[in-house]
Amino acid sequence: MKLEILKELNAERAARRPVIIVTDTANGDQRLVKAADIAADPLRAELSKQLRMGKSGNVEVAGKKLFLNVYAPTAKLVIIGAVHISQALAPLARSLDYDVTVVDPRTAFASPERFPDVPLVAEWPDVALPPLNVDHYTAFVAVTHDPKIDDPALLHAFDRDCFYIGALGSRKTHAKRAERLRAQGAKDSDIARIHAPIGLDIGAVSPSEIAVAIMAEITAQLRLPPKEKEEAA
Amino acid sequence: MLNRDEDILQAAETWQKQGHGVALATVVESWGSAPRPAGSSLVINDDGTFLGSVSGGCVEGAVVTEALDVIASGQPKMLEFGVADETAWNVGLSCGGTIRVFVEKVG
Repeated sequence: MKLEILKELNAERAARRPVIIVTDTANGDQRLVKAADIAADPLRAELSKQLRMGKSGNVEVAGKKLFLNVYAPTAKLVIIGAVHISQALAPLARSLDYDVTVVDPRTAFASPERFPDVPLVAEWPDVALPPLNVDHYTAFVAVTHDPKIDDPALLHAFDRDCFYIGALGSRKTHAKRAERLRAQGAKDSDIARIHAPIGLDIGAVSPSEIAVAIMAEITAQLRLPPKEKEEAA
Repeated sequence: MLNRDEDILQAAETWQKQGHGVALATVVESWGSAPRPAGSSLVINDDGTFLGSVSGGCVEGAVVTEALDVIASGQPKMLEFGVADETAWNVGLSCGGTIRVFVEKVG
């Protein structure tokens, strides 16, 4: 691996931008493809598939055996609300390899006794969120049911282009939320990105089942190709 | 699977800057019960110091030896390790898997 490629790879990884290294394993020829450049690449179909799966693998193109090594950032999950559902959601997400942080300014909720081993930030979203570096590789869920906490958090998630944004609440609750967010300057296209009611419709009842529904929806958003994603929604 | 073990690539860059010869060994294919998936890597410097893992410990020693050759020659190599593969290598994967490891010089 040429030093320039290694340096660029490390810089992209530090910036949490996905990269694929394409290696011709017969002769060692190598190039780096940034996620942003995949659409214009001759191998775009293969590259986008491997990236979506977050999986490295081999392809054979025009008689050449190529190894596609995927460097995808670790996905984060930011949970707004240290509520009962979050107590089930946080460990489930960690078992799926997400870096999980729970944010809730209410210290009675955000207590280490309720959330052992989970990073907790007992601050309001305007203080808690900027240091978390919420980015595209972040799934963001707002489950407090309290507009004073959920709304500013959702506005932050829109700004940071999170790959998944979900919010707890019935259709009626969500319609009211949409009105409030619009009044605070959110675009319709932002509001349309919120998954609400949150989670795949699997008839979930208990907090743990709701957590499964939420993680299933997040997984679909992360892994499915765009067309099938629409069908699942 | 999401990548979590890549800080070794930062070490590769640092070693290279310090003037070490450095090689990168990467699992490009694994079959059976091989413990580490494709993309897992090991970084080796010319002292024989290494970081990371391609097999969970079974074949690292052999990979390091080959990597020192690659650092000296500059020519990349493909290594294959399997439990039944006695001719090419004296080491095998006790887990019963097979892996192919691409070893290349950095720089």
